[in-house]
Amino acid sequence: MPNMSLKKNKMAEQAPDVRNKNFDEVALGYTEEQAIDEAKRCLNCKNKPCVTGCPVQIDIPAFIAEVAEGRFEEAYKIITKSSSLPAVCGRVCPQEMQCESKCVRGAKGEPVAIGRLERFVADRHNALAHGEVEKPVSNGHKAAVIGSGPSGLACAGDLAKMGYDVTVFEALHLAGGVLSYGIPEFRLPKSIVQQEIEGLKALGVKIETDTVVGKTVSIDELMDEEGFESVFIGSGAGLPRFMNIKGENLNGVYSANEFLTRINLMKAYKSDSSTPINAGTKAVVVGGGNVAMDAARCAKRLGADVTIVYRRTEKELPARAEEIEHAKEEGIKFAFLTNPVEIIPTENGWVKSIICEKMRLTEPDERGRARTVAIKGEFTEIEADCVIMSIGTSPNPLIRSTTKGLDTQKWGGIIADDDGLTSREGVYAGGDAVTGAATVILAMGAGKKAAAAMDEYMKNKNK
Amino acid sequence: MFEILEKKSLNPFVTMMKISAPRVAKKAEPGQFIILRTDSAGERIPLTIADFDREKGSVTIIFQIVGSTTEKLNHMNVGDCLCDFVGPLGKATETEGLKKVAVVGGGVGCAIAYPVAKKLHEMGVEVHVIAGFRNKELVILENEFTAASSKFVIMSDDGSAGEKGLVTDALKKLIESGEKYDRVITIGPLIMMKFVCQLTKEYNVPTVASMNPIMIDGTGMCGGCRLTVGGETKFACVDGPEFDGHLIDFDEAMARSASYKTFERKAHENTCNLFKGVE
Repeated sequence: MPNMSLKKNKMAEQAPDVRNKNFDEVALGYTEEQAIDEAKRCLNCKNKPCVTGCPVQIDIPAFIAEVAEGRFEEAYKIITKSSSLPAVCGRVCPQEMQCESKCVRGAKGEPVAIGRLERFVADRHNALAHGEVEKPVSNGHKAAVIGSGPSGLACAGDLAKMGYDVTVFEALHLAGGVLSYGIPEFRLPKSIVQQEIEGLKALGVKIETDTVVGKTVSIDELMDEEGFESVFIGSGAGLPRFMNIKGENLNGVYSANEFLTRINLMKAYKSDSSTPINAGTKAVVVGGGNVAMDAARCAKRLGADVTIVYRRTEKELPARAEEIEHAKEEGIKFAFLTNPVEIIPTENGWVKSIICEKMRLTEPDERGRARTVAIKGEFTEIEADCVIMSIGTSPNPLIRSTTKGLDTQKWGGIIADDDGLTSREGVYAGGDAVTGAATVILAMGAGKKAAAAMDEYMKNKNK
Repeated sequence: MFEILEKKSLNPFVTMMKISAPRVAKKAEPGQFIILRTDSAGERIPLTIADFDREKGSVTIIFQIVGSTTEKLNHMNVGDCLCDFVGPLGKATETEGLKKVAVVGGGVGCAIAYPVAKKLHEMGVEVHVIAGFRNKELVILENEFTAASSKFVIMSDDGSAGEKGLVTDALKKLIESGEKYDRVITIGPLIMMKFVCQLTKEYNVPTVASMNPIMIDGTGMCGGCRLTVGGETKFACVDGPEFDGHLIDFDEAMARSASYKTFERKAHENTCNLFKGVE
């Protein structure tokens, strides 16, 4: 008999007032009993609506049925047929907009907690894994992957499983891309990211850190001189945008990228790190996406009183509902319908305050999102000694400016077809480098698709 | 890993190291920089490439001991390995079409000026070098500059080396004596570059300044190295590190470079035994 409870099994969490002072993971995961009980809420629908909501089409009812029977390793095998990073996606996917939004149980009550179940299955596997992976038989062909974020890792993993000799090139000193430098420890523990990467290495994937493709080596050199037959570009969208308002270059003003990189990659919050960070006593975060929530919650943990400034209303916040909820619980304040126009300095060139104009909503734009206009003459001044700009990122120009014949969009995104093929033969691309800033799961899906197309390409070429 | 192949003290505060980094050496050009970490808990610091040997696969860095990371680096020896060494980053110095250039360096900035002077000299450009130091003890690369220029002027604050005075005094004298430079390239402390640029603006001599701001990744990702050039925000790591000196907002750059002064002082005190109490 299915479990007809209208509510999801709650997942244990650190108490808000405890967790807003540490960087340990907020959510603690299901126990076996909770997982089985939650799995029994699934009605195992024949037409599997949840699968249509999953960018990588995991056979969700099938893996949940295994969990309900306590066969967790079987469930893991089903998930990993479609997903390369289940422990990551179980934590950071916007399930409420994807699989869970299609769940029949959601029509009356809460949908099945698919994300939490995925996380449980992956964590349980990782806890028991002995690292004995069967190395695929080599087919003797070399493929290169640029960037070790979600799309690159997914692409590398699939190619390695097919027997390719894969090298991943990473510009930073640590693999993982946004999973390492962007998403904070309390949302995605770095040990989990590294475990996934170790898994890829066990499959034979080589990772060359400290290599900036476009500078250290070019795509043409990789293909012409180093024998890589096909290349995947997963270089992400890492270039921070600024508002171009007065005072934005004052001391104490960060891009969210810089603020989060100092904390997540450089571990500036730890006492033994040589990298400095200044979250001040009063921090203002500008923007309303997941990255803004991450930055705000980091600043809070570093001891600042934090206000998020967003020009629309709460309803339009692009961040996941869960992140907004967590931020609020942790004591982060929100100033809605508020838009910065100038940052005021102290005598020493530090941030003193930020001046914002009041906004109101008007008719929606072509994407259906409400536009805003300033209410003339209405300003507020918010005191702050740290300002974090989190208003989006765009693709890095390094690769497009050093790769001849690689067509890009006006805004910088690499042009690629559905399989990831770019305007250059043998060169594929996917993830944020193609779409602009999006989600981990979409990037992962693009990496997997490209891996399949690269396999076809290399097979045909070598016929 | 990136092995230290050679280490030499150029003066009590400045050290030269040759690092094994074949991929970087293969692509390096004068004007570009690298980012290094000494160890896995270390910070990432940018250093301009002082020289490179493509055949041996080595890259030379010259650094002044100013903070905890450079202090730690200075404690490393031949045979030790740096944890990370990334590059070459930034754009190379533009040298096309130049006929006569004045290279103006200050302090450890001279180390960065040297590869540019050398390249120009080898290209057949007439190179004048003006190098400023606080005193005789701090003079570096004297022989190298002599070999890479047709005129080499040393200035010192106390007159113990070369002439007493500032690099701007020497530059002004040369310009007024009729030397017609089609470019001045200046590398050194921000305050020195600011005054060099002020001077050359008066005389209408195109000038580029090499900036070395605080940065983390060096690939355009953090924006920490941003500066204002001609009213626009630029990233030193990808748009630079060299910019039109007449357009740089040096006052802003100076304020930004002091962002972490307190932290750095404390970190340096914790690293350097000199500052530690006697137990």
